[in-house]
Amino acid sequence: MKILLPLFAVVALVVIAFVGVQANLQAFFGIVIPYAAVAIFIIGFIVRVFRWGSSPVPFRIPTTAGQMKSFAPWIKQNKIDNPSSRLGVFARMALEVLVFRSLFRNTKTELHDGPKLVYGSEKFLWLAGLAFHWSFLIIFVRHFRFFMQDVPTVIQIMESLDSFLQIGAPLLYLTDVVLVGAVTFLFLRRVVMPQIKFISLPADYFPLFLILGIALSGILMRYFTKVHIVGVKELVMGLLSFSPVIPAGIGSVFYIHLFLVSALLIYFPLSKLMHMGGVFLSPTRNMANNSREVRHINPWNYPVHVHTYQEYEDEFREKMKKAGLPVEKE
Amino acid sequence: MKNAGTIVIVVVVGFVAFFGFPFYYNIGKANEAPKLKFDTPAILEWEKVNGKKECVEPKEFMRGEHMQMLNQWRDSVVRNADRVYVNSQGRSFTMSFQNTCMNCHSNKKDFCDKCHNYLGVKPYCWGCHIAPKEKQS
Ligand code: HEC
Ligand code: HEC
Ligand code: HEC
Ligand code: HEM
Repeated sequence: MKILLPLFAVVALVVIAFVGVQANLQAFFGIVIPYAAVAIFIIGFIVRVFRWGSSPVPFRIPTTAGQMKSFAPWIKQNKIDNPSSRLGVFARMALEVLVFRSLFRNTKTELHDGPKLVYGSEKFLWLAGLAFHWSFLIIFVRHFRFFMQDVPTVIQIMESLDSFLQIGAPLLYLTDVVLVGAVTFLFLRRVVMPQIKFISLPADYFPLFLILGIALSGILMRYFTKVHIVGVKELVMGLLSFSPVIPAGIGSVFYIHLFLVSALLIYFPLSKLMHMGGVFLSPTRNMANNSREVRHINPWNYPVHVHTYQEYEDEFREKMKKAGLPVEKE
Repeated sequence: MKNAGTIVIVVVVGFVAFFGFPFYYNIGKANEAPKLKFDTPAILEWEKVNGKKECVEPKEFMRGEHMQMLNQWRDSVVRNADRVYVNSQGRSFTMSFQNTCMNCHSNKKDFCDKCHNYLGVKPYCWGCHIAPKEKQS
């Protein structure tokens, strides 16, 4: 049920878009829904990040994998894993976002005969994750050819690199193959490994199915049931210039693709996909470990009125002297 | 340390820079689909003989499938030495890129390139096949 429910949800989205197009609701699926989806995405994203940003960050979290900066010159600091400067933090964050460094350290735990507990390196999740995210990004950027009147050279270079094997016509994009392969692996991982299956929720399967649906509908219309691509670009340019048009004869696969993408945009700020923004706010990644150099004041401390010893002595000096107690100032 | 304000500003600037790119990139450029021309001597000649302008297959089919068709033509000629294509109306064409397609569409700049540039498609064919001399009436 945990798997079937999200699967049916994605199938339902496909059916809704298909039926809608058959009922001539192109303007709804091609104009209203995409505008609403983009608005929800942007506003929802900002609200989520704002809420995270409003929570106080009381202290630095030094439990990171590397030697902290020390006063002893012969102890070498690990400047990236345990940075004390902004530049180090930037490098650590960049590596985390671009190559998923902490996922690279992923381990698996196994119980061997003995009984013996063994921790081994587990790189497939990292590899599939990286392949998935990078091919998604490249496909997304390649799509900008539909969004710009003259297609910039950078995007044309990306297209030719992505299709450099020159298989078939239209040329096969490698990222299409990689994306579908990686998403399938990430799905199978949740089904095949019993521990992972146990902790997986519908909210874990739904985005996988949705993205797979988007990719498959895109691949379907590029290589198999063709759509009227000149019409697609007219529609997109109409949306961007706020004078929407619905060109005739685009083909229903496009509206299915677009509806699934809109669903993804709407779902994004409500779900775990917000890790896109959240990764930048991870406390163990985005703070320099300078607890010994800088005084960090807990933001929710009450202002405490401090009565120092000097003030105490000033107040009670005479009484203390009378009682024979030692005082610092005569 | 609370920094919601800064973070929201960074996110908004990021959104404007990245997702806003198509908006300001397109400013001042007309949203116009390519206008294709079907007025080459060979097409007009065909129109005189057959009464209407026609392609190898219906227009809707050609739009989506022309690249696959060229691929099939190439395989058929180069691998099987079969140069005859019979279309859905039963009419025969010689399968030749330069002598059939580009004979009618001898206005490459106003036809193939118009569409391809609009969508950023760059077929690699012209490194070997010779583009026709631009002809149109
Ligand atoms: C209606 C617009 C249109 C016209 C006219 C047109 N093309 Fe295309 N062509 C396309 C589109 C769109 C693609 C890319 C399809 C895709 O990206 O899915 C394409 C792709 C191709 C490809 C495959 C290239 C690749 O990199 O995948 C070839 C080859 C091609 N066209 C040849 C031609 C030739 C030759 C002509 C002129 C006789 C022509 N086309 C006219 C729209 C057009
Ligand atoms: C007999 C002349 C002739 C030949 C040969 C021919 N075409 Fe066409 N083509 C035309 C005409 C005329 C049209 C416009 C058809 C219409 O308006 O119904 C057309 C339309 C097209 C279109 C669709 C343009 C649009 O409006 O979206 C494409 C793509 C195309 N041709 C590509 C090719 C390719 C590729 C070949 C070779 C396989 C080819 N043509 C061979 C005459 C020809
Ligand atoms: C490496 C050079 C090269 C490139 C690039 C190339 N071709 Fe060819 N093509 C040839 C050669 C050589 C022949 C064989 C000509 C013959 O035997 O008549 C041929 C034959 C063909 C034929 C059938 C024969 C004929 O007379 O037209 C078609 C169709 C064709 N090519 C289409 C294409 C298309 C479409 C592209 C771009 C996607 C392309 N070719 C790119 C070299 C090339
Ligand atoms: C989350 C964002 C999206 C993803 C992951 C995605 C994915 C894909 C994939 C994998 C393909 C196959 C061909 C290729 O790789 O280029 C494709 C094709 C396509 N997509 Fe998307 N897509 C997205 C958003 C959009 C949007 C917003 C539009 C337009 C409004 C769109 C329109 C198209 C069209 C027209 C094609 C066919 C391209 C062709 O035939 O060359 N996509 N998409």
